[in-house]
Amino acid sequence: MIDVAVVSFAQWSAREEPARNEVEILIPVVAEAIERSGIGRKEIGFTVSGSCDYLAGAPFAFVTGLDAVGAWPPIRESHVEMDGAWALYEAWVRLQHGDIDSALVYSFGKSSLGDLPIVLSQQLDPYYQAPLWLDSISAAALQARAWLNAGHDEGEMAEVAARSRRAAKDNPNAVVSGDQSAEALLREPFLVTPLRRHDCPPISDGAVAVVLAAGDRAREVCERPAWIRGIDHRIEAHGLGVRELATSASARLAGERAGVDGVDVAELHAPFSHQEPILRDALGLSNGVDVNPSGGALAANVVMGAGLTRIGEAASRIMDGRAARAVAHATSGPCLQHNLVCVLAGDAT
Amino acid sequence: MAETTEPVTMIDTPIELRYRFTAGLAQSRFLRGVEQGRLLGQRCPQCKKVYVSPRGACAACGVPTDEEVEVSDTGTVTTFCVVNVPFYDQKMEIPYVSATILLDGADIGLMHLIQECPSEDVHMGMRVEAVWKPPEERTPSLESIKYFRPTGEPDADYESYGAHV
Amino acid sequence: MADPDVLEAPNILEYPYTRSTGLVIGRFFTSLRDGRIEGIRGTDGRVHCPPNEYDPVTGESLGDDAFVDVGPGGEVTTWAWVHRPHEKHPLDRPFAWALIRLDGADTAMVHVVDAGDEARMTTGLRVQPRWRHERVGDIHDIEAFVPEDA
Repeated sequence: MIDVAVVSFAQWSAREEPARNEVEILIPVVAEAIERSGIGRKEIGFTVSGSCDYLAGAPFAFVTGLDAVGAWPPIRESHVEMDGAWALYEAWVRLQHGDIDSALVYSFGKSSLGDLPIVLSQQLDPYYQAPLWLDSISAAALQARAWLNAGHDEGEMAEVAARSRRAAKDNPNAVVSGDQSAEALLREPFLVTPLRRHDCPPISDGAVAVVLAAGDRAREVCERPAWIRGIDHRIEAHGLGVRELATSASARLAGERAGVDGVDVAELHAPFSHQEPILRDALGLSNGVDVNPSGGALAANVVMGAGLTRIGEAASRIMDGRAARAVAHATSGPCLQHNLVCVLAGDAT
Repeated sequence: MAETTEPVTMIDTPIELRYRFTAGLAQSRFLRGVEQGRLLGQRCPQCKKVYVSPRGACAACGVPTDEEVEVSDTGTVTTFCVVNVPFYDQKMEIPYVSATILLDGADIGLMHLIQECPSEDVHMGMRVEAVWKPPEERTPSLESIKYFRPTGEPDADYESYGAHV
Repeated sequence: MADPDVLEAPNILEYPYTRSTGLVIGRFFTSLRDGRIEGIRGTDGRVHCPPNEYDPVTGESLGDDAFVDVGPGGEVTTWAWVHRPHEKHPLDRPFAWALIRLDGADTAMVHVVDAGDEARMTTGLRVQPRWRHERVGDIHDIEAFVPEDA
């Protein structure tokens, strides 16, 4: 296997971007990631993005994103209609060929343009579920109750939300942050019982970019590359009634394959508060692990970029020396159907 | 209750999703200019090419195109097609000509209609000029230009547009 | 709020989609139109409702001989209460989404329970379908589930 590392990360997010379109948001984020990487724009060997046309409601909307990249002379490029974490997985696989040594991965999206929870209902089974318009919050609420029924309580959910908001105060890209206590949050009304508003991710507009480099190239350009020591993703059945919703078998398997042990930091893509303890359990994270120091997806949720952001946040803590070994997780589909786990470490580990 | 005993083979699953579309800064500036009867392109600081209609970035260099450059509403046809096929929501009487026009001062062609000449007379190199709607009828849309028509000038030299075909 | 200099327009995506059902889903919907619910038995004996076309363990295609009657009643395995229904939701008054495992099935189907009051909802609640009068052969032929003792 060829060693691949994250060598730079840039992001921008806000509750709603009032003026710029997606490409105008993306341009400075890609520029920053490339500048920080130490690799010239025209030297990048492969470019791959993750986005979803249904956020803007326009087919092939992602193509205009290439204006931010500068695709001339022609570049090797790919795209996934998924979170950029899977674009990063594709870049990692591409780098294993050994003929190129760097890749640019990016995501962007403006969830504020549409009715996101209803838009996401259309990713469900087209015969049995999508025609009912089961929105993403309602689907998550079904999972939350299944998890509560398995012996948990809403106080744990509120604690996740409160802790995430406190951590988010240090994150300039957070859309939600603050000092509300779990008790105060529990006094808020239900949105879709058992979920309250703070259990759900905030609508966010934004973009994120990561540069990967392989082997010696990574060592040349980066003092402390965040090496990808393991990366794996697993998916479960799409029918909600077929799956065990209170646990995450796919996250557990992906974690085992990626080799999650001995991590100091975990950035988990849990858009709903109850999903964090499900993932902690699936990944076998002990209480000593610092979970979502960025605030996680409850602080800012650039749909299609939130998973890639988790990888970037985890990697940045290795690159700046705050952590030695980290795990980043990304999810896709309703109720943690599809999970990607990426283990990152500094040189010594 | 069912009126048929034939097995089900199809279901209707109509989709309706409502969004807002935002043009963004660059395209908004361009369309507001069109409303004023002006064609405002943007120049790339690296390759110096002028984009019309601009999107805020140079697609070749990947950098913001900050410099505004007004271009002429006269230009050269670089390519065109004659539409003969009727389609849903068609506003034009067929046959009609859709063309890419390299406006004087621009490095990217603009797509629009050619009228006031028989469709068989349209050709690459033909010089054309915009026919605008009167100011009170203009909107932030390329429909503020009704169409382009031949100027009657001799054809442009191939060198002036050859790189854009 | 949007910058006033920036142009904005409504963008409404509308597709009059129709979908071919194939044999398995087609048979399930044909039964719904007749006011019956069927599941399909996989090679490991588990009954799936709504039915899937392929065995989830072996991947073999499942056919007519694997269908079994299920329900019409069943139990709620998890639920969520919608206080403010969206215009696209199946009901226009507060209701529950639920996973409902019909009698004889081993998996649950997604649908709605028109319970009237959140206090009626509980995991384990026994429910039965309220059939739409005019049925066409799709998931809406079940208008909603209702508590069995309603």
